[in-house]
Amino acid sequence: MGKARLAAARTRGAGAPAGAQGGRARPNPNPFEVKVNRQKFPVLGRKARHAVGQPGVSRARAVHKRTQTLLKEYKERDKSNVFTDKRFGEYSSTMSPEEKMMKRFALEQQRQHEKKSIYNLNEDEELTHYGQSLADIEKHNDIVDSDSDTEERGTLSAELTAAHFGGGGGLLHKKTPQQQGEEGEKPRSRRELIEELIAKSKQEKRERQAQREGALELTEKLDQDWKEIQTLLTHRTPKSENRDKKERPKPDAYDMMVRELGFEMKAQPSNRMKSEEELAKEEQERLQQLEAARLRRMRGEDEGSEARKPKHLSADDLNDGFVLDKDDRRLLSYTDGKMSIEEEQSGEASDGESEEEQGEDLSEEDPENSSDPDGHSDLESDMDSEEDCGRPSGEPRQALGEGTTSIGHRAQEAARNQLPYTFAAPESYEELKSLLSGRTREEQLVVVERIQTCNHPSLAVGNKAKLEKLFGFLLEYIGDLATDDPPNLRVIDKLVVQLYNLCQMFPDSASDSIKFVLRDAMHEMEGAIEARGRAAFPGLDVLMYLKIAGMLFPTSDLWHPVVTPALVCMSQLLTKCPVLSLQDVVKGLFVCCVFLDYVSLSRRFIPELVNFLLGILYIASPNKCGRGYTLVHPFRASGKNSELLVVSDEEDKATWQRRGLSLHWAYRLKAQNKTEANHTRLSCLAVCLALVKGCTQFYSSLPSFYAIVRPLRALLMEHLAGRSHPPELQELCQSALANLEEPEPRCRPLVCAKSKPEPLKLFTPRLVKVLEFGRKQGSSKQEQERRRLIHKHKREFKGAVREIRRDNQFLARMQLSETLERDAERKRKVKQLFNSLATQEGPAPSHAEAPPDNQKVCPGNIQ
Amino acid sequence: MERDSGPEGVRRALGRLLEAVLASRGQANAVFDVLAVLQSEDHEETQEAVRACSRLFGALLERGELFVGSLPSEDAVMAGSQGATRKYKVWMRHRYRSCLNRLQELLVHPSFEVKELALSTLMKFVQLEGARPLEKPKWDGYYLFPRQLFKAVVEGLLSPEDDCSLLLARFREYLEHDDIRYHTMQAATDTVGRVTDRHPEVPLTFWNNAFTLLSSVSLPSQERGISSFYVKHGELPRTWKVVHLKEHRKAFQGMWLGFLKHKLPLSLYKKVLVIMHDSILPHLAQPSLMIDFLTRAYDVGGAISLLALNGLFILIHQHNLEYPDFYRKLYGLLDPSVFHVKYRARFFHLADLFLSSSHLPAYLVAAFAKRLSRLALTAPPEALLMVLPFICNLLRRHPACRVLVHRPLGHELDADPYDPEEEDPAKSRALESSLWELQALQQHYHPEVSQAASVINQALSVPEVSIAPLLELTAFEVFERDLKKKGQGSVPLEFIPARGLLGRQDDFCAQHFTLS
Repeated sequence: MGKARLAAARTRGAGAPAGAQGGRARPNPNPFEVKVNRQKFPVLGRKARHAVGQPGVSRARAVHKRTQTLLKEYKERDKSNVFTDKRFGEYSSTMSPEEKMMKRFALEQQRQHEKKSIYNLNEDEELTHYGQSLADIEKHNDIVDSDSDTEERGTLSAELTAAHFGGGGGLLHKKTPQQQGEEGEKPRSRRELIEELIAKSKQEKRERQAQREGALELTEKLDQDWKEIQTLLTHRTPKSENRDKKERPKPDAYDMMVRELGFEMKAQPSNRMKSEEELAKEEQERLQQLEAARLRRMRGEDEGSEARKPKHLSADDLNDGFVLDKDDRRLLSYTDGKMSIEEEQSGEASDGESEEEQGEDLSEEDPENSSDPDGHSDLESDMDSEEDCGRPSGEPRQALGEGTTSIGHRAQEAARNQLPYTFAAPESYEELKSLLSGRTREEQLVVVERIQTCNHPSLAVGNKAKLEKLFGFLLEYIGDLATDDPPNLRVIDKLVVQLYNLCQMFPDSASDSIKFVLRDAMHEMEGAIEARGRAAFPGLDVLMYLKIAGMLFPTSDLWHPVVTPALVCMSQLLTKCPVLSLQDVVKGLFVCCVFLDYVSLSRRFIPELVNFLLGILYIASPNKCGRGYTLVHPFRASGKNSELLVVSDEEDKATWQRRGLSLHWAYRLKAQNKTEANHTRLSCLAVCLALVKGCTQFYSSLPSFYAIVRPLRALLMEHLAGRSHPPELQELCQSALANLEEPEPRCRPLVCAKSKPEPLKLFTPRLVKVLEFGRKQGSSKQEQERRRLIHKHKREFKGAVREIRRDNQFLARMQLSETLERDAERKRKVKQLFNSLATQEGPAPSHAEAPPDNQKVCPGNIQ
Repeated sequence: MERDSGPEGVRRALGRLLEAVLASRGQANAVFDVLAVLQSEDHEETQEAVRACSRLFGALLERGELFVGSLPSEDAVMAGSQGATRKYKVWMRHRYRSCLNRLQELLVHPSFEVKELALSTLMKFVQLEGARPLEKPKWDGYYLFPRQLFKAVVEGLLSPEDDCSLLLARFREYLEHDDIRYHTMQAATDTVGRVTDRHPEVPLTFWNNAFTLLSSVSLPSQERGISSFYVKHGELPRTWKVVHLKEHRKAFQGMWLGFLKHKLPLSLYKKVLVIMHDSILPHLAQPSLMIDFLTRAYDVGGAISLLALNGLFILIHQHNLEYPDFYRKLYGLLDPSVFHVKYRARFFHLADLFLSSSHLPAYLVAAFAKRLSRLALTAPPEALLMVLPFICNLLRRHPACRVLVHRPLGHELDADPYDPEEEDPAKSRALESSLWELQALQQHYHPEVSQAASVINQALSVPEVSIAPLLELTAFEVFERDLKKKGQGSVPLEFIPARGLLGRQDDFCAQHFTLS
């Protein structure tokens, strides 16, 4: 008794937390059914899952479960017949219910379609739904779909309402057939009424539809009419808008009406003609934008990288370098009242923008002439582009200031008239060469122009590829011209304009072509370097390619797919090719000029250039003392070429006139006499000095300018000290030196940029995942996992054994109860038998008593 | 004796003579006919004769029909009263000697086939003589090798007049054998000594031949390797010198030292230094003896000094060599040409090793950093891509040198305090300077270079940048890399339209060049 009370008290104590935790404890458990597992001492954080148990309840549950399953099996242990469900596809999960139904129906049909019915043509099949004939159902409740009804949105017609719900007469209450049979008169009229109603509403629907279609047709017609008028009215409506309109879904009547009114025949003002100042201003703005883009590329401020840079550091930033670099979410916006989801314009590449603008500029001009709906576009654009091309090609001639302008024009005119007007785009280089060979310079130009105009990409689909190829062929042709004997530089001069135009059209393929020729040149040089350790200066064609690359692409970019390799190529030329002849000097100086032109805007530093100029100054210096400078690779302090540019003939010095170097000399120095050669030498020196001057101007702002130009200065001093140069050269020397003589600017010690203070290391606790309590910690993760699995297996195994044992016990109990029952039955039956026997014997005593009597009698009788 | 014309006839005639000599001693005089053909002008006939001699004396050697012992003079024996067999043997031995002399002469024959044949015949005789020595052993188990014969062969190979590189390449096959190698080393040492004594001005061809022979000698690294002998012996007694690797090493060392003590032509210096560190130094008995040669080479200057560095490094590193002023000399080696020579990668690899010690004084490292950055102002981009990380690595290793790029409290200076002319790194005042050169290189035209130079704008990151992959970078690789790089978006274009080949009026090209 005392024990029980104690237990109850404990239950109350422990039951509250158990209830709070699990919520599984019964609200009001019988204290005698509760078993409490006492904890010896409380452990913080340990979940006591089995603090309270209800053995009675769980046992009852287990028994119940077993009776449901095990017992059933046990009872059916000797039975071999099985129930099979042969409904079609009942257990297949792959079929949808509809499919299933269809298949079943088909099977049903097949089964019914027996021989006797094959000649039965027009026996309509009765469709059923849930066993009821569909026809029957239809008759009863064909409900008009109110949703499809657009006119009376949601509101039902009075009749319908009356019919369906009216008067609460229970008209549509489903009636049993018997009921219907009983009140046959009234329902029939009702049904008719409903049918009538349905027919009516259907008709109405049809009418509405017809009406709508008519309206649509009208709208379309109107649209077309409008378009015709519109084209007459103005050219100005952009094409794209038209296209949009077509794609848009048909507007409804109201919109149409409004628009019709809005677009009443009204003359639209076209853009007024721009005055010349405005045009110039626009052009200037465009150039400014392009210049800004160029500057940005020069500084290497990549738009992409800028966008990638996170602008804002969140407080949650872990400083682990993780940056959500792209916001994938899309912005919702409305255009023309239609919802559209746009990609976020993320710091859109501004050079892309500028190019787009450029493209727009082009396309703005374009539709005016080339995309005319009439067929005149060809002619017009033809004329136009011819003018376009004619203009720039005419200009350099003026720029050169030679008097041949008018003659050239005339020749061009003549060429224009003589040549055929159409040329097929050449498919191979040989084709182009055959087209151009044997023609005069002007004719060649015209041919190339006409190839371009005839194959303008807007004219046919394949033209783009053709013109892209043309660029490569022209480049090859220029290479051939440059290596011809003598090099045909004038034609190259003109073809450059064509190349520029083509390049503007197809930047990618043009850059590929130029890369290809540069790679060729470099490959050749690399082969020579591998074989002999040095390479000869390449032919004029490579120099031309380098120059042309600088004209087609912006050379000031920090990185450019074409320009950067070209720079490396030039650097190779200046460092790996020894100067062996006057011709090499001319080539080298040309490369220097090109190199310096490349960096003229960006003012980047070229060590090779300074080295090369130093070498040239050295080989031109008559009296070398060799102090204060060291020559680098292609030049040697001594050797047969160390006095290549020294001129000792006083007379030649006196007669020398400063002139530009001819590019022809880079190809081959024609048998020059000694005086000419000396003059060339002096000219080379003059160019070299001018380049030195240019370099010093460019680099004067570099931090270690003094260290860079120190060798140059020493050599220039030597040159001046000799006083052996013509006065003009002396002057040049002086002016170059003047730049170098500037006092060295004060040197400020270098200071690193302040780096971001490093965040303090926080002592965040090391988190170890506890998989299992107990002594199984402290090993590797795999080991822990393994142990956990072993442990689990063990527990499961034990549980399974226990279950089996319990099953057996249960079965034994069942068998025992069966046996007992059987015994009891038998006992009962025996008892019954006995009973019945007893009842049979009941009257027997009287009967039996009689026999004794008889017996009594008998013995007596006997006796 | 009738002689058919043509090599075929000669061969048949020689065959007959050969059979006759070998068949009976009475026909021995036919040897003279064979030897006479050996003198022939015709290459084919000479070859046939060489083959015949090879067969003839090979057979005689095997039969032991040649006189054994020190050879008495022919006349004395003939006149003497010794037995006919002895006379025959001595006589035959004399014929054999004259045959050998002729074969040696043939080693410098203009035709390579003849040379090769003569060489292989001589080597065959070496083998046979080694197996049946023609001299008497001094005691039992005495090691006998036909030294005289072999020395003559080596001498023939090291001709002062002809370039024997092809023949030496053929001879290299024999060098696989340990005994041949051993005796070659000895013979080569002798020959080099004798030739240099004899000629006051040794011709370049001799040096080249000698170097070719010497460089083709490669010792095995383990004692166990010495077992393949050209002359077959039953068992190898341990008392023989030739079976010990130590002796081989001694011979090897003697050979190289004897070779290198002479004043070599510059081209040879380079060749020797290139193979010094991996085929010479490891096999020497006393590698430190090489120090004389290496210091001499180191003092030559230029590329040779760079190459000598490698050997010196091994001596310093593995053999405790004390080299005074090593770093000063290394500092002196830095001139603008280091970026342009062929051995740039090797030099910078070693310089990196030498400067990897963290115990170097800060002034020294600063001087190196400053010197290198000064030189970087004249370097091509591929070298810059290597040297800029190199300099940054120096600064990373030596935090005391970081003042070169970060001097927050420094005053403005009138001029760079660094003295580029000063040879002593301690006096160059590099620590007071800053690396303005790197700042200048941030304006370099190549984007990667300017990026590499811009590293100093920020505080240097802690881990060093490995320069190993950059060492071998060539301009062509840089070029290819630039070509393959893809920019995002389309290619930017020049917006100023081109007017002509020479460009705008103010361009340098247009100013200084004309088309006509």
